Amino acid sequence: MLLKLLLKNPFRHKLRALLTVLGVAIAILSFGMLRTIVGAWYAGVEFSSATRLVTRNSISIIFPLPLAYYEKIRQVEGVKEVSYANWFGGTYKDKKNFIAAMAVEPRTALDIYPEFVLPPDQEKAFLKDRKSCIAGIKLARRYHWKIGDQITLTGNIFPGDWEFVLKGIYTGKYASTPEDQFRFHWNYLNERLKKTTPRRADQVGFYMIEVKKPELAAQVSAAIDGMFKNSLAETLTETEKAFELSFVSMTEAIVVAIRLVSFVVIIIIMAVAANTMAMTARERIGEYAVLKTLGFGGREIALLVFGESLMLSMTGAAVGMALTYPAADFFKSQLSDYFPVFNVARETLYMDAAAGLIVGVVAGIFPTWRAVRLRIADGLRRIG
Amino acid sequence: MGQIPVSYSFRNLFTRRLTTVLTAGGMALVVFVFAAVLMLAAGLKKTLVETGSYDNVVVIRKAADSEVQSGIERGQAAIVESQPEIATGVDGGRLVAKEVVVLINLPKRGSGKPSNVEIRGIGKESMALRPQVRLIYGRMPRPGSAEIIAGKGVSKRFVGAGLGETLHFGMREWTVVGIFDAGNTGFSSEIWGDSEQLMQAFRRPVYSSVIFRLRDSSEFGLVKARLESDPRLSLDARRESKYYSDQSELMAKFLRIMGMSLTVIFSLGAIIGAMITMYAAVSNRVGEIGTLRALGFKRRSITAAFIVESLLLGLIGGAAGLFIASFLQLFTISTMNWQTFSELAFTFTLTFEIVWKSMVFSLIMGFVGGVLPALRAANMNIVEALRTS
Repeated sequence: MLLKLLLKNPFRHKLRALLTVLGVAIAILSFGMLRTIVGAWYAGVEFSSATRLVTRNSISIIFPLPLAYYEKIRQVEGVKEVSYANWFGGTYKDKKNFIAAMAVEPRTALDIYPEFVLPPDQEKAFLKDRKSCIAGIKLARRYHWKIGDQITLTGNIFPGDWEFVLKGIYTGKYASTPEDQFRFHWNYLNERLKKTTPRRADQVGFYMIEVKKPELAAQVSAAIDGMFKNSLAETLTETEKAFELSFVSMTEAIVVAIRLVSFVVIIIIMAVAANTMAMTARERIGEYAVLKTLGFGGREIALLVFGESLMLSMTGAAVGMALTYPAADFFKSQLSDYFPVFNVARETLYMDAAAGLIVGVVAGIFPTWRAVRLRIADGLRRIG
Repeated sequence: MGQIPVSYSFRNLFTRRLTTVLTAGGMALVVFVFAAVLMLAAGLKKTLVETGSYDNVVVIRKAADSEVQSGIERGQAAIVESQPEIATGVDGGRLVAKEVVVLINLPKRGSGKPSNVEIRGIGKESMALRPQVRLIYGRMPRPGSAEIIAGKGVSKRFVGAGLGETLHFGMREWTVVGIFDAGNTGFSSEIWGDSEQLMQAFRRPVYSSVIFRLRDSSEFGLVKARLESDPRLSLDARRESKYYSDQSELMAKFLRIMGMSLTVIFSLGAIIGAMITMYAAVSNRVGEIGTLRALGFKRRSITAAFIVESLLLGLIGGAAGLFIASFLQLFTISTMNWQTFSELAFTFTLTFEIVWKSMVFSLIMGFVGGVLPALRAANMNIVEALRTS
């Protein structure tokens, strides 16, 4: 009997129930989206591996390191493979089309990054031709590139037009692998620098190092940095994760703001839902008195009010969660310039559900308490 | 019969205090977020507008997006320096400075997390070119020494950047001999030193930019065309104000998209909240409305009374939200600018425009939330309405 009443109660004010559910759904949806944006911020960190280290100039990332360090780093105990790269940046056709391009030592870079999956024949073709490049599948799709295409990038760090031939399109092994990267031969960059600006030639932006075991990371870092201490270009070696995190932490203020806002939206909807429940309970005070007269105890009444509150908020939460995926797809297509990886994490859904539950509980507490404490005579005396 | 007095609507809100507080509270939070985002964008804009002067010209390497990426050979810089359009300062020197700008990675005070700080090697006239920069403590660095001065923001936020402290980079110890205040400009997030010393320390034998003041603002087109068409140079000249607003285009766009989406979503929630409240207000008072109609009040005045009630809700919410948001002006946001990779600090700034925009916004929320319930109230049948109580 009570269950039936519980199920029927929310539909007595169809419009109000609908509005409340809608409000909760919107709030949960935006909560989920904001969480996903924060997740996207950390995508680079997630992608990093425990066995990879990055060595850069200790002054800051914009200062290069000599190429001569390559052989020295290779000889450090515990190092399995070393590669090097220069961040190139650059734009394609229009200044707005920013490309995440990097000049890498191709063979070692592919070894160290097995999550960039390239078909063997394409890999061979890429390694053979100094002017060739590879691009992630998302990037290739965005600009309709096909294998064999001529691509010209305009450099902003390395001025001029740079021509490449697309020899391979890679896919990511995991969902967190960025599929919008552009890689080409470091030698191609270097040879041209030798002719145009010799002082910038034979300089490496950073070294990527794979260690034999993750436990060796600290020891290898210390060994490398110690080796170049008090030299003209001192180094700073950190795990790839710390390297990526340092970029994230520089924009931490924004992440903190988004986190904060994601909680504010939950508080707003709490106020809305609490309001609904307070009104509903106030209207039904007479009813609760009647139920009490009929012999229902406080516990059953509590179940009734609380149940309704939870039902409304959980329905809203469910709708909101269901809408998260299409909304994420939309954002992905709109904001791909900012966030190459934009995936809804499973934890986000758990947090959505938890938030829905909390909204229901908080909204229900006060009316429940009032309904339970209600004295029958007072309830019956009250009109409306 | 005339209008229903406003005090009727006001007293209604007062009678149902809990509901009013909850609804207005929800709206206040929405207005708070709305105002906060606008204040952030205004703060960013203010910082950039004040950083660049319209009459100053920044020359950097062609295709470079920022001074950090740029490189100008000494010979090229000398050509720029000799342009006839450059203004003359009070002491008779020409107002032009060859500067070098690089990033250094410094740990923050407190958290110890590293962030990139711009360090600028300045020339003799650099201070004169930026009247907004004033030395507030200590003294200027002596030319030819390992001395630096730090912006007020930097000296507070980074380890070793305070007055009398030292920083280690480029195999040397650098003493902070002065602190400068650059107001709300990007320079507050910089460290300045002698350009020749810094170029040696960083082993970068090129300048990053040449800055000069125009002797006549209208000659910008002329000097730009001459510099950019010179085959020896391959340089790019921009007004300083344009240069700084280009620098944060990405950040400004991000704030705009973020702010707009948040505001739209949040206001939907608040409108729903107001709607629920107003519908309840109407259905609680069916008998009362019937009485009012029976007394001879017009449908129009009833609609008006409920809309006024809802607008009052919006007004209360909006005022409360703005009140809380105004305290945000005490906070400074410092974050990395993606385009320059360096730290940029700006404060929340409340402008009159934001005040009225927020108030209009909250009144619109109140109106939209109240209009449907008000119409329902007005369209009640008198007899049936009287019967329900």
